[in-house]
Amino acid sequence: MTVDWELFLSSFWPILVGGITGTIPLTIISFTVGLFIALGIALMRLSNIRVLKAIGWFYVSVIRGTPLLVQLFFIFYALPNMGVLLDPWPSAVLAFSLNVGGYAAEVIRAAILSVPRGQWEAGYTIGYSNTQTLWRVILPQAARVAVPPLSNTFISLVKDTSLASIVLVTELFRVARQIATFTSEFVLIYLEAALIYWLICLALGAAQGVLEKRLSRYVAA
Amino acid sequence: MSQPDTPLVEVRGLRKHFGDHEVLRSIDLTVRRGEVVTVIGPSGSGKTTLLRALNGLETPDGGEIVFDGGPDLDFAHPIGNEHRYALRNRSAMVFQAYNLFPNKTVLQNITEGPVRVKGVPRARAIAEADALLDRVGLLEKRDAYPYQLSGGQQQRVGIVRALALAPDLLLFDEPTSALDPELVGDVLKVMKELAEEGWTMVVVTHELSFARQVADEVVFIDGGVVVERGHPSKIFTAPAEPRTAQFLDRLLRPLE
Repeated sequence: MTVDWELFLSSFWPILVGGITGTIPLTIISFTVGLFIALGIALMRLSNIRVLKAIGWFYVSVIRGTPLLVQLFFIFYALPNMGVLLDPWPSAVLAFSLNVGGYAAEVIRAAILSVPRGQWEAGYTIGYSNTQTLWRVILPQAARVAVPPLSNTFISLVKDTSLASIVLVTELFRVARQIATFTSEFVLIYLEAALIYWLICLALGAAQGVLEKRLSRYVAA
Repeated sequence: MSQPDTPLVEVRGLRKHFGDHEVLRSIDLTVRRGEVVTVIGPSGSGKTTLLRALNGLETPDGGEIVFDGGPDLDFAHPIGNEHRYALRNRSAMVFQAYNLFPNKTVLQNITEGPVRVKGVPRARAIAEADALLDRVGLLEKRDAYPYQLSGGQQQRVGIVRALALAPDLLLFDEPTSALDPELVGDVLKVMKELAEEGWTMVVVTHELSFARQVADEVVFIDGGVVVERGHPSKIFTAPAEPRTAQFLDRLLRPLE
């Protein structure tokens, strides 16, 4: 088998553009929205109010207990039958955000619990409200604990966004599929797509290292 | 300011239970302005719970906490967060484990409350924090993170953090119990100076020498009740209650 380097090079840029305009923004937006959902769910699960606890538990259970592809198809193909018609992009963002929300909620809950009780009390004694203590004392410390597992979630999401190609979102893998179908060079093009995913994840791994170091600056080495 | 002899805070019939365990069974306590009250007693006697109740960190099941000038709380009725804030507006706690914010510098630990809660302008809060740090000999540590300090230094920052809130009542929860023995003196010295300056303090401690030298009143708590109270010269030399005598004996002669 010979490698068609010309095709490799001429397709590299379109696939990468698919990553830059599709995969990366889809990942970043979904992850950001997902983190807020996760924080909300984590706080519900940590609250003393039984109904909120139960709702939080139910949410995490459903998200983790059903395939992401099913969640995505439900939003894109089933919701229209219930009168909710969303474009491909919003559908994908919604599905991925809800999914990240379920997984990251458990990470954030554990990270919040890892901060000693005395930190809450120190916040209270200087006059902070619950919310102030959470945002100014607890979450900054929880972040240090949460970054490694959340990075896992983030990197999984980068790859999971390839599923969006099935609901017609133009992202890295959809571009690759189009080129592959058009040229019939499946081996070359799909390897190339895999390579670009891998490069993106390598870069993210490096970013994770920098972030971890920054968040650990106040901890004894 | 009121008369120097009016009670700053009065605690009446305070009760608190955790599960089946009754930690406080009707505790009374009166603290006058400028007075240093030392609370002693065996572990599990309820002394820390009493202190924490004064700062709104525990919610009693019954009884009253009345500060001169408010809040005036009767725990027969449920209290809300606004009442807890009101308690914290009058008192500030120094914790056994310091509980400094590890993600903030020494200076930020101190100025956070004044700036974010009390609305003190940042420049003034920093100037006041610097002055307080200088007093306790830690000005050169203002930009350090807590992990870079010894336990004794962290606790002095803990004290400054409480002072910076300008509370009417300073609460100390076994402030030297977590310290290496050679670091205890630095912290006690600062506390003694504060007492001499006229700060009103309630100190839960096992440091009997501190109680003897500094306290205006010693309160001995055991089993959730005040067993005995009085001037340290009386409690330490001629305790009226056998339980007090027994406790002091165990503390002073642990091996016998």
